[in-house]
Amino acid sequence: MRYIDPHIHMISRLTDDYERLAHAGCVAVSEPAFWAGFDRGSSLAFRDYFRQLTEVEPKRAAQYAIKHFCWLCINAKEAENVSLSREVIAMIPEFLDKPNVLGIGEIGLNKNTKNEATIFCEHLELAASRDELVLIHTPHLEDKYKGTRMILDMLRNESRLKPERVLVDHAEEHTIKPILDAGYWCGMTLYPVTKCTPQRSADMLERFGSTRVCVNSAGDWGPSNPMNVPALMLEMRLRGHSDAEISKVVYDNPLAFFKQCKRFKWSEE
Amino acid sequence: MTPLTAQAAIDRYYLETRCKLIEIAANLDRIDRGDGAAGAAADPRMAKVLEALALLNRTDITTADRAERLQRVFSQQFEEGWAIPNKK
Repeated sequence: MRYIDPHIHMISRLTDDYERLAHAGCVAVSEPAFWAGFDRGSSLAFRDYFRQLTEVEPKRAAQYAIKHFCWLCINAKEAENVSLSREVIAMIPEFLDKPNVLGIGEIGLNKNTKNEATIFCEHLELAASRDELVLIHTPHLEDKYKGTRMILDMLRNESRLKPERVLVDHAEEHTIKPILDAGYWCGMTLYPVTKCTPQRSADMLERFGSTRVCVNSAGDWGPSNPMNVPALMLEMRLRGHSDAEISKVVYDNPLAFFKQCKRFKWSEE
Repeated sequence: MTPLTAQAAIDRYYLETRCKLIEIAANLDRIDRGDGAAGAAADPRMAKVLEALALLNRTDITTADRAERLQRVFSQQFEEGWAIPNKK
């Protein structure tokens, strides 16, 4: 069965991982801009990073017949540096018309600080003014519930952004309902220890339904498994869910969200 | 999406549940065996672990939302009316 991983950091993965994804049926990935594992020294480092996301990575993915899309921003962790963040936000429009860019992301909160909230709102302003889709990172562990509620408050405050054009990611049992109730898309990340297992994700799909829900591996440079979307597909199959139900979650839903981007091109080959 | 029957869920997840409970017991034993175990008991994280275990043992909850309740045990409080930047 074909599938899309809508949140995976392929610049951190081996080319072998593209091959494994392709063998498992992956036909497209989307890669949000994120923290590199260290704070970058200047906005020039982000310029190079955005070139990697928009020029280099699509070619690497294409070797395995995988379409590569991406999202641009300065991540929540480095958003603590407000002056650097504003330099990066000012640079983003130079890259927004690249054909594989889906929108602004993954913006969000990390430790729920005032600076992070300020830069989150400035990213929302950019997205609203350019009519871009938005992909949002919610914090980890004990910060997640509070941060998700703060993010929903800030989204409500930016009335130009339609909820159906925003995906709030890394949802878990205590945050999925407020996200869906507010009309946003919701992402569940299948990631060891700090996020969600395939089993718990399947539980949430059974409990809350699959409308406006996507799943992803968020495979990156840390302990993570880029094959976790197929792991969820197997879990759903073992529970007796139909191919149509599985395909809705892992293919139809991310595609429907992406298709709202004016640059997004897709052929059902 | 229709969930498994309760019996099918027991059959499929019993060994996994047993395994995870024993892992938790072993983790707690490891803490108790270590130097400074008395001090570790005062660590606020241990209070959360014990609160979570007590929640798991409650038989009066019939809403099948233990995972959500546990998540809340390990979460910071959200304060309504916080200062949103550039509030409109």
